[in-house]
Amino acid sequence: MSGSRERILGGLRRRLGQPGGDDARRDAVERRLADHPRNPVPARALVPEPERVALFVAMATEAAATVERLPDTAAVADAVADLLASRNLPAAVRTAPDPLLAAVPWHTRPALTVSRGPAGDDDPVSVTGAFAGIAETGTLMLVSGPEHPTTLNFLPDTHIVVLPRRRIVATYEDAWDLLRRRSDAGGSWIPRTVNLVTGPSRTGDIEQTIQLGAHGPRSLHILLVEDADTASAAG
Amino acid sequence: MQPSSRHFPENARRALADDRLRAMLDKSASGFRLRRRMAADRLPEFEALRDRGRDIKDHTLAHLDLYLERFEAQVRAAGGTVHWCADAAGARDAILAICRAAGAKTVTKGKSMIAEEIAINDHLEAHGLVPVETDLGEYIVQLRKEPPSHIIAPAFHVSKEQVAESFRAAHTALDPARPLDEPSALLAEARAMLRRRFHEADVGITGANLLIAETGQTVIVTNEGNGDLTQTLPPVHIVLASIEKVVPTPEDAATVLRLLARSATGQEFSAYTTFSAGPRRAADPDGPRAFHVVLLDNGRSALMDTEFREVLRCIRCGACMNHCPVYGAVGGHAYGWVYPGPLGAVLDPALIGLAEAKHLPNASTFCGRCEEVCPMRIPLPAMMRHWRRREAEQGLQPAVTRRGLALWAWFARRPALYHAAARLAARLLRRLARRSGTLAMLPGAGGWTRHRDLPAPEGRTFRELWAERRTGDGP
Ligand code: SF4
Repeated sequence: MSGSRERILGGLRRRLGQPGGDDARRDAVERRLADHPRNPVPARALVPEPERVALFVAMATEAAATVERLPDTAAVADAVADLLASRNLPAAVRTAPDPLLAAVPWHTRPALTVSRGPAGDDDPVSVTGAFAGIAETGTLMLVSGPEHPTTLNFLPDTHIVVLPRRRIVATYEDAWDLLRRRSDAGGSWIPRTVNLVTGPSRTGDIEQTIQLGAHGPRSLHILLVEDADTASAAG
Repeated sequence: MQPSSRHFPENARRALADDRLRAMLDKSASGFRLRRRMAADRLPEFEALRDRGRDIKDHTLAHLDLYLERFEAQVRAAGGTVHWCADAAGARDAILAICRAAGAKTVTKGKSMIAEEIAINDHLEAHGLVPVETDLGEYIVQLRKEPPSHIIAPAFHVSKEQVAESFRAAHTALDPARPLDEPSALLAEARAMLRRRFHEADVGITGANLLIAETGQTVIVTNEGNGDLTQTLPPVHIVLASIEKVVPTPEDAATVLRLLARSATGQEFSAYTTFSAGPRRAADPDGPRAFHVVLLDNGRSALMDTEFREVLRCIRCGACMNHCPVYGAVGGHAYGWVYPGPLGAVLDPALIGLAEAKHLPNASTFCGRCEEVCPMRIPLPAMMRHWRRREAEQGLQPAVTRRGLALWAWFARRPALYHAAARLAARLLRRLARRSGTLAMLPGAGGWTRHRDLPAPEGRTFRELWAERRTGDGP
């Protein structure tokens, strides 16, 4: 194996190396990685906050997600319970152990069974937070960690996402910036998994006809919360 | 996958005679083309992003050794392992060794063209493992024991009736009388069958659309979410990627991703774009416990100092094949190896040898549409010409072509003789064609006249007509 490593890297060096030495190439790489400069981004996302939120809602809706606006986190319990009832789904949700969701007054809807942890196949509905919303394409950034098991994003048929309005950014680059800044404990900022999710699961593999609900959720419902404690949503 | 590219002419003829196939190709490709156009028109920055995408890849390729080293260091820092593989056999061995060490029986797979390139499924099966494709299109072609016919839509060529047939044949535990007429019924059945497989799997193998040097992340793009279940549920996640997939930073990845979905399916963004680095962290409640990146060269680094280097910019969006009249007429299988269409016409000779793939660079009308739509601005037609030149240099053309060209070259170097011969031929053919102005048969031109008439020359050569026109006494 290490023979192959040397063969591949040596072959590349031979073909790419500069006659006067590779210092310039090394410098170029170091600079690029340290600065991680932005490339041009679509102007449509670079708009003031109210339009940015409107763009997020429009693009997410176009991608077949549904978006419901709520005044605060306290309204999440009712919104979830009512959604399940209106869709004839069982009154049980699997939730992420996210501090943001800890403030949800589930007890006001005693008929709803709420459990916490990673999802299994018998969990039809999940409720999670979101690290960020990205306006340019109506995309959610979901970040794995103790407060957000990745299976919650994929196994349940219905995925409900609580997104504080203040976490809606313009572009993918803005979301990466937020994540880079999160490295609080001095450790790496890079989580095991970052999911960029745009609408529910779909496939076009049968005669190129789009159908929703291939392997992941058939339905993605976003609860856009006006006034939430955003620090905890960052997870 | 065993190449059969040397049989392109026969494969193509068979495909052209298959009406059902041609109807499917037409329907599928036209939808892709329309949606790509709409997505590109909707983004004013699209052309500028293509320039930037090209520049990012050119920069990365010029520093590929350094970016790969950084990528490896970051994967290790995150607790993963990188396996460097010079060729397909090396990659197969590496994957089998990881599966064995994990005591694996079932292996789920996300879509990966590299997996096709190294024929990993056959290898795993030969060693007693059960590989299960989880992308719906891949699952369908796996059941049909076929290779994919398109790089982003593996079952591009399959009708829903054929899918139903395959499901009935494979899912024998289900009621044989169940209705399977609707695509929704087919999807529901596949979803249920594959759900079990996701949970049973001991190892999940995904491909990678991108690798990111700064973070050691591997990136997959799917619409179904199958890749995510493949890499989240089993204890071991193997990423299978080729060396040219790396980009420097997440910012650079963002630019490439803005181009990918729009060029491929015409979506603003695919449903799931997933960045993975290392195994689950100590406090993570789910995710794999081991993370391996199998990094394949297989002839790519040797392209670095050739006129084919730029094909390494390819992001496998499939736009070139969706817009190719030849691909649209014969489909992906005719090309006889993993990468069909204009991309395959350039890449296949590099990876499996020109002797095997020499027909592919010739399977082109040189209409230029592939280059027009390629998000990475790869000069595909020019590269096909380079291959044709090499084919001639290596004497791989049929003897009659070589002798014909040699004869033509002999005349072309003697202008007076050439014009005299051309004048004679023009008049002779005119005479032969008589009234109709066309020739139904001409010795030596059977390749043309088998399918259509040959228009006869006017009776005078181009130079004669041009001379008349210059002096003003022409028509
Ligand atoms: S060659 Fe260009 S158009 Fe074809 S698949 Fe690659 S990136 Fe897409």
